[in-house]
Amino acid sequence: MENLYPTPATRAEVQLYPLGESAVVVQFGDAIKRHAHHEVQALSAYLDAHPFPGFVEYVPAFTTVTVYYNPLEVSLAKEASPSDSVAETLKQMLLQTTTEAENTAPHVIEIPVCYGGKFAPDLAFVAGHTHLSQEEVIALHTQPEYLVYMIGFAPGFPYLGGMNEQLVVPRKEKPRTKVPAGSVGIAGKQTGVYSIQTPGGWQLIGRTPLRLFTPHGPTPSLLSAGDYIRFVPITEREYERTQQHES
Amino acid sequence: MSLSVISPGLLTTIQDLGRRGYRKEGVPTSGAMDTVALRVANLLVGNPERTAGIEITFLGPKIRFETDHLIALTGADLQPKLNGEPIKMNRPVAVRAGGVLTFGGLRAGSRAYLALSGGLAVPPVLGSQATYLRAGIGGLGGRAFKTGDAVPSAGLTELGRKIWQALIATQPAHAWAQAKWTPDPKLFPAPHESPFVRAIRGQEYDLFSEQSQHDFWQQEFIVTSDSDRMGYRLQGPTLARQEPGEVLSSAVAFGTIQVPNEGNPIALLADHQTTGGYPRIAQVVAADFSCLAQVQLGRKIRFREVSLAEAQELYAQQEKAITEIKQALHFKLTHL
Repeated sequence: MENLYPTPATRAEVQLYPLGESAVVVQFGDAIKRHAHHEVQALSAYLDAHPFPGFVEYVPAFTTVTVYYNPLEVSLAKEASPSDSVAETLKQMLLQTTTEAENTAPHVIEIPVCYGGKFAPDLAFVAGHTHLSQEEVIALHTQPEYLVYMIGFAPGFPYLGGMNEQLVVPRKEKPRTKVPAGSVGIAGKQTGVYSIQTPGGWQLIGRTPLRLFTPHGPTPSLLSAGDYIRFVPITEREYERTQQHES
Repeated sequence: MSLSVISPGLLTTIQDLGRRGYRKEGVPTSGAMDTVALRVANLLVGNPERTAGIEITFLGPKIRFETDHLIALTGADLQPKLNGEPIKMNRPVAVRAGGVLTFGGLRAGSRAYLALSGGLAVPPVLGSQATYLRAGIGGLGGRAFKTGDAVPSAGLTELGRKIWQALIATQPAHAWAQAKWTPDPKLFPAPHESPFVRAIRGQEYDLFSEQSQHDFWQQEFIVTSDSDRMGYRLQGPTLARQEPGEVLSSAVAFGTIQVPNEGNPIALLADHQTTGGYPRIAQVVAADFSCLAQVQLGRKIRFREVSLAEAQELYAQQEKAITEIKQALHFKLTHL
């Protein structure tokens, strides 16, 4: 029978290991799976609510939560080595976390994207490579709700899951030296949005006027791990109107 | 209260001990590459260790102090001078308004730190004054110094003013005056060349071939010129995996040594991305971060394996040494 609700038995594959003397990694398996993601989310939420003495911050990723700590503050509080005592604290936390997040309604954020013209220099390539029309590429790209597995690579950059496999295309052979912020691209099985201007090799099919990284706001990243997003097609005029509103 | 940038040097930025709490949003910590040097520079002028200072890379700037300042220089030896006269590093120096700081050639290390009593009056971004060049945030408008910049300083603290007066009183007719003492070099060693860098095995160490594991600890690696505040690109024996394969992106840290598919390792530094998708062969120990950050481009380094327990002990010793410096300086500075 399929195990719909995770039990402690499914956590046998949890692994803890150090990343130097000021971080411990909690790893839930080694494949990108929704279940691992929910475990990552559950531990993240628990750490938000229950920071331990010496805790600095954590970074959720596809299958891991990396927990940074100040070894001096940890060792003041405990007899064991800082790394061992943080690992022990995290193991205790894992007994307390639940993956109920699975049952709560997902937070879906709409990302308006202008697919076409100067914003989509590689749309024709993607259509040609996938044997689809440009309209079909856009329809397939705007259809799913994408899960934000993690933020990384650059400030506010989301790693998304859920792209239709018909849209898989290789990276550009020669990366661009400057990809403008807001560019929406595809590389391999991944799709994403460039959050800041950076060099990059993804095939660009559109651009959003939204800012994914606002350093002067209270939460600099528009998106967080665990959010869902949907791309909504807009016209160039709507793009410009939204962009004015954003700045 | 300000400094005027007459010439900017190669890469001169405002740095503190970095951003905390935003790594999960993809924001690197940034901050000083050699945090120990910045912390000690701050202690020398009576500042809290976290205070923002100026990081000077390879080639020094020319800076005029428009008001009275109490300064200290630590880290790389770039032969600093005030009004053309050599000054010593690793001690507080009182400078009268109008004093001009210049530098000569790079003698040892890569990065010097200039601390100012009171620090710098630039707005914090995400809780830190550290410059993060790639996103253009923090420091002086998110960028390195340029000719003609007026860099706002916060002005002498009460303690800084007392130290300034005590030092200037020793040479009342001069444009500047420096302390005759310095922290114990045993506690705060100068940067040295081609060091051994101690490291522990990384989580993906076992993915590498036996030959590559052996080479990693036994062979030399050159710090190539394609290195920056994000990381050192190293060149030496090519490090090969036993079998090719994907590693899922996960968080990394200062000192993480990643190996991309072509086999040349990258040692991550202050502006490193928060996550990486390359196998991690090793992790440099925190006690050797300063040593790593001070290696000059083109020099060779070798890695030496230690255990996590040794790494933790080395870190505790480093912090104990800084605490000793702090206590000794507190006594000195309050009894001038």
